[in-house]
Amino acid sequence: MKPTQPCADSLQQARLARYSPGSTKASARYLWPLAALMLLLAVNLLLDAGFFQLSFQDGRLYGSLIDILNRSAPVALLAIGMSLVIATGGIDLSVGAVMAIAGSICANLLLQADLPLPLVIAAGLATGIAAGLINGTLVSYLKIQPIVATLLLMVAGRGVAQLINQGQIVTFLRPDFAWLGSGSWLGLPVPVWLVIVMFGLSQLLLRRTALGLFIEAVGCNATASRYLGINDKAIKLFVYAFAGFCAALAGMISAADIQGSDANNAGLWLELDAILAVVIGGAALSGGRFSLLLSVIGVLIIQSLSTTIIVSGLPAKFNLLIKAVVVLLVLLLQSDKFRRQLSSWWPKLRKWRKGGQP
Amino acid sequence: MMSLRYLPLWITAALLCLLFGIGGWQFDGFASLAVVSNLFSDNAFLLIVALGMTLVIISGGIDLSVGAVIALSGVAVSLLISQYQWHPLAAFALILPAAALFGALMGMLIHVYKLQPFIVTLAGMFLARGLATTLSEESIAIDHSFYDAIAEFGFMLPGGGWVGASTMIFIVVLVLVIMLMHYSRFGACVYAIGGNSQSAQLMGVPVASTTIAIYALSSVLAALAGIVFTFYTFSGYALAGVGMELDAIAAVVIGGTLLTGGSGFVIGTVLGVLLMGVIQTYIIFDGSLSSWWTKIVIGLLLFGFIVLQKLLSRRTAITLAAGRAGHG
Repeated sequence: MKPTQPCADSLQQARLARYSPGSTKASARYLWPLAALMLLLAVNLLLDAGFFQLSFQDGRLYGSLIDILNRSAPVALLAIGMSLVIATGGIDLSVGAVMAIAGSICANLLLQADLPLPLVIAAGLATGIAAGLINGTLVSYLKIQPIVATLLLMVAGRGVAQLINQGQIVTFLRPDFAWLGSGSWLGLPVPVWLVIVMFGLSQLLLRRTALGLFIEAVGCNATASRYLGINDKAIKLFVYAFAGFCAALAGMISAADIQGSDANNAGLWLELDAILAVVIGGAALSGGRFSLLLSVIGVLIIQSLSTTIIVSGLPAKFNLLIKAVVVLLVLLLQSDKFRRQLSSWWPKLRKWRKGGQP
Repeated sequence: MMSLRYLPLWITAALLCLLFGIGGWQFDGFASLAVVSNLFSDNAFLLIVALGMTLVIISGGIDLSVGAVIALSGVAVSLLISQYQWHPLAAFALILPAAALFGALMGMLIHVYKLQPFIVTLAGMFLARGLATTLSEESIAIDHSFYDAIAEFGFMLPGGGWVGASTMIFIVVLVLVIMLMHYSRFGACVYAIGGNSQSAQLMGVPVASTTIAIYALSSVLAALAGIVFTFYTFSGYALAGVGMELDAIAAVVIGGTLLTGGSGFVIGTVLGVLLMGVIQTYIIFDGSLSSWWTKIVIGLLLFGFIVLQKLLSRRTAITLAAGRAGHG
């Protein structure tokens, strides 16, 4: 059955107003994160004149930019899943542990030499979906707070991964699986392609159907959206399963990259980076509006920041410190009160500079 | 009503006794004063951190920075003692107020700018960990006569148990926190904010100063735990206490405190840490179980307690609704 025309029209208009690049609101949302990314890249160019240089060797592009893209692939996948979870007002702390579980499952299956590769990949992805379904059930049907529900799997999940690996670092020699992490196709590394494909498919799924709007509606007000006929529980279940799927994919990339599964360190603390990327992209942790593109830009900002610190010759130990300062600044800029304070200081500052008195 | 409120506490205590009983029945020397006193001295720093976390969680917030603050205070103290030849007591006197300032700043960001505690304390965690690694990337050993004296300070219990300085510090902190939370105006304010921050504001609770004080206290206790940790390891290391915030949060939940805030008991947290400690001791005594079972069992325990809390709060809501219907 088709929706009635006026309703569809106004919905369409509302979406256009929010998402079309021409509208002031949409451009303002994209302006700041993009400006931050450009600024970082410009700083890199000043520090290192060859920063933007790309070279083509053995059918693959090399260069700092490609390096940034390649390194941010796992977190970008996590951030795509995390965006949806945060849009429903939730949070998923377990994605790092899910990465470890998926990696350990794949590594152990790969040791059985006769298993075909698609089966191994399917098993890894199924693990992620299963973990996500556990989280989603706890959140939507048992109504447990998302932080707590996913904390369970964060604590227990790493234990499960160690159990699967029997406490060892399981290594495998399978060039076909390793291709996922270190191969290249049409000049770009495979992880980057995986992110592009995942991003494109999710964007199609979310924005060409009503699903994205439903997710935002649930995040704004779950009760109200239930009265509108949206199955808010199913939506929440879906976003956690989706985040689990993304986490499993990220876990397989990082396992393929080192050709082994390390239950202790795979994906360790990456959930925090993913949450941070989504927040830097301008999403509110209380739920509502989301943008996959902004989240991915957030990931690129974090990764370029680390690269900038390395390129600038500062010791790597300053990495965390600078990250903390940047996060605090971004958080403050998102706070209404701080922006009001800034705008009230600005005229005073100008007056003071002109008049030479406070 | 009353019995329902205390139920999670009783369950934790019963589980603790049960597991301890099983251990004592299975292994020689498990049910001894030595094991009990080790439980306290090995977990003293976690106990102290978890007490601070209880405060924060009862107020409806969360503090992810405590593990990093432990590392920062440990590194700062050992740097001041070993490199700058400060007396340990002077170093402690500098670090604790500095930690209070750190926590107060986080509390201020949370209250004044209405930022989420989760993300503010996450930034605090990066900042503290970053400062610690900037100060020193290597582990710094402490060699000072004061530390030797502290290691020897304490008394023997009749059954072979040892009550050392760490345990004593923990007991003093425990008494102070219980007084503060259950017998003072401040404690009542913390519960009120956790119940409903808006109502608390309307009732005249000083929400701003209380919120700032809560996070300041949590950071001070974390710094104190860092100091106690240096008594234990005789060194400061920037990567110490990684993930300890999760242990602390888990202990608080197992101890029966609601993560939504407004309800819980300080003593429950102590039982929670001890329960986790007994699980670890059991696994060590058993020998055939691998260490990862600790994580899995703690995860399952957490799950059990959270479901229990859900059932209890639903039951309370039904009772309340039934009461209202009966009156109407």
